[in-house]
Amino acid sequence: MGANEIQDHGVLRFLTCGSVDDGKSTLIGRLLFDTKTILVDTLNAIERTSKKRGMEAVDLSLLTDGLQAEREQGITIDVAYRYYSTGTRKYIIADAPGHEQYTRNMVTAASTANLAVILIDARKGMLTQTRRHSYLANLVGIPHLLVAINKMDLVDYDQATYEKIKADYLAFAAQIGLKDVRFIPMSALNGDMIVDRGEKLDWYDGPTLLEILEAAPCAHGENGGDRDERFRFPVQFVCRPQDSANPELHDYRGFMGRVSSGIIAKGDAITVLPSGATSKVKDIQIYGQSLPEAHADQSVTILLEDEVDISRGDMIVRSDAQPTTTKQIDAMLCWLSETPLDKARKYVVRHTSRESKAILSGIEYRLDINSLEKQSADKLAVNDIAKVSIKLAQPLAVDPYTENRATGAFIVIDESTNNTVGAGMILQAN
Amino acid sequence: MSKTLSHLDWLEAEAIHIMREVAGQCSNPALLFSGGKDSVCLLRLAEKAFRPGRFPFPLVHIDTGHNYKEVTDFRDKRAAELGERLIVRSVEDSMKRGTVVLKSPLEPRNKHQSVTLLETIAEFEFDCCIGGARRDEEKARAKERIFSFRDEFGQWDPKNQRPELWDLYNARAFKGENIRAFPISNWTELDVWQYIEREGLELPSIYFAHQRPIVVKNGLLQPITDVTPLKDGEVAETMTVRFRTVGDITCTAPVESGASSIRQIIEETAATTVTERGQTRLDDQTSEASMEQRKKEGYF
Ligand SMILES: Nc1nc2c(ncn2[C@@H]2O[C@H](COP(=O)(O)OP(=O)(O)OP(=O)(O)O)[C@@H](O)[C@H]2O)c(=O)[nH]1
Ligand SMILES: [Mg+2]
Repeated sequence: MGANEIQDHGVLRFLTCGSVDDGKSTLIGRLLFDTKTILVDTLNAIERTSKKRGMEAVDLSLLTDGLQAEREQGITIDVAYRYYSTGTRKYIIADAPGHEQYTRNMVTAASTANLAVILIDARKGMLTQTRRHSYLANLVGIPHLLVAINKMDLVDYDQATYEKIKADYLAFAAQIGLKDVRFIPMSALNGDMIVDRGEKLDWYDGPTLLEILEAAPCAHGENGGDRDERFRFPVQFVCRPQDSANPELHDYRGFMGRVSSGIIAKGDAITVLPSGATSKVKDIQIYGQSLPEAHADQSVTILLEDEVDISRGDMIVRSDAQPTTTKQIDAMLCWLSETPLDKARKYVVRHTSRESKAILSGIEYRLDINSLEKQSADKLAVNDIAKVSIKLAQPLAVDPYTENRATGAFIVIDESTNNTVGAGMILQAN
Repeated sequence: MSKTLSHLDWLEAEAIHIMREVAGQCSNPALLFSGGKDSVCLLRLAEKAFRPGRFPFPLVHIDTGHNYKEVTDFRDKRAAELGERLIVRSVEDSMKRGTVVLKSPLEPRNKHQSVTLLETIAEFEFDCCIGGARRDEEKARAKERIFSFRDEFGQWDPKNQRPELWDLYNARAFKGENIRAFPISNWTELDVWQYIEREGLELPSIYFAHQRPIVVKNGLLQPITDVTPLKDGEVAETMTVRFRTVGDITCTAPVESGASSIRQIIEETAATTVTERGQTRLDDQTSEASMEQRKKEGYF
């Protein structure tokens, strides 16, 4: 077996975020470089580009800043995904942009991450974007936050500077209710505390970045975490192969989807939402194979004992642990569009595999990200975070986002442009 | 206690979910099938997503007319085995129509594929095309959403992509616009080979070590074929090679390799020091941003 071939220990997704120029892209470049993930031709290409741009050393941020516009301006505009594996697991890395203008792209990266590395420039300390990204990382429920105090080389690797920023951050963390936060000093440029410890940070005796990543639990809920155990199965597609030559398939009705949480076994009593119809699981299949049970993240096909009317957008749950079916929700909403939210307009809410027309009728407050003050607001502009109440035309089967990321999340679509304009996290059903 | 899926199982489950979203959200999708290794994986994923039913989309291939016969034969055989509809449209038809104009008869036709693809999308009114592109292939692809929006000219606007949150994909498009969906975005070349091994998938023979006449140019191996003939002063030598990727003959180079089994290919892939495109694509070397440029113009 080759050195880079991984044993099957799952996937860890993490993102780098924080303020402009704090070194997010450089950090990822360094991590890939020091884990020898960068192949020769890629390295040659970024060496050439660095030279062409008049730099003395290789600019490792070029590894993820792949767009022409990004290279011209030396900034990140949209998320870049990078992959590497150690002997332990596969990593999916998302490099998020720091600029406020591109916050929606940071939210895109954060929504699927298990861990966030929040960078802070040691010379600058906490900035508005540091707060915003921390708040957003927490809001989208990333269970592990790692604060990387970077560019330590520019403050003579001074421990007091590190401790001061750490104390500032902890005060902020307490205010917004962050729990699992860790700190690490580093120089992404020089590679101190990324994979190797370097020589200048002797006073720090914690793990390196790579060691922290290697030890982090993969999915939410692993190692006694808080992934919801209740079975949720949004139906994506109904399989009815009536036209098949095989007469045995004539009455086949398979409900296809991906288990978003919990576990289901043959014989379990289920309820279909929103209709409330009940039945039992007759079989669980994937590609002709019958499975005794299916658990979170698996894509399967479920067959039921009874002929129940089920179509895309319905949700199959275990009858003993049901979500709330509702047409009225309260949620935290990140507004992602340059066109402000208009309370008079109808939008479309997409929740699991279901869509509903919706009116965003009430804005309870808009959050000022600096003061964390709750302000009254009539409109929401791009990058605003607010608490809203939403009236739905169709009932949705929901759980609070803090309990279940899959059944607590929704997006808002503007039908006049088809754009995704909002990201919502359900607080409660009314 | 919920279990954690192995990395291949996780990637597979994600890809199946993406395909089913296409089927659920789009009224007239298509799956682009070239006969190459990535699209071979797509077919297995489609089987896992939709069997015992039929695929809710036809298979489509845009043939440049410069493809290895081993690959097009395999393409036809595989579609027939699956009993699924295969639509082939060719760049040569666009040339006859005058919508593709070559500067020289044997120039690479990769970029011209975009024209024929857009014509095919218009002909069948496809609202979504599923493709086997991976983010690890190239720096512009690393930036692309899983559901990627294209305007009516087929253009990708990298500075203005739709936010893509959780697994709540937005496949909406107005008539004339198009969505490209990439179920194996998060797969690496190694993941693909491991999946092929695990699933026991068949591939065109040129993926495995074989002998062919080669001229070495700028470190890349140029096969000698009807459309890439020997030029004056060049000397061909017979080498043992395999393809890491199959595409238009004029711009796809094989690598020197004796790997004749999937296992051996996996071992080589795990130890390689050069990227798939770096070693095999004669057309990506030209400029720093050639892929981004092509994508902006409608390339897959
Ligand atoms: N001295 C020093 N410079 C660093 C360090 N990390 C990054 N830099 C430099 O800081 C600048 C910005 O780095 P990037 O990695 O592009 O920053 P970023 O956070 O990705 O920026 P955006 O994505 O645009 O927000 C570059 O000139 C880097 O070389 C560090 O540890 N020490
Ligand atoms: Mg950056």
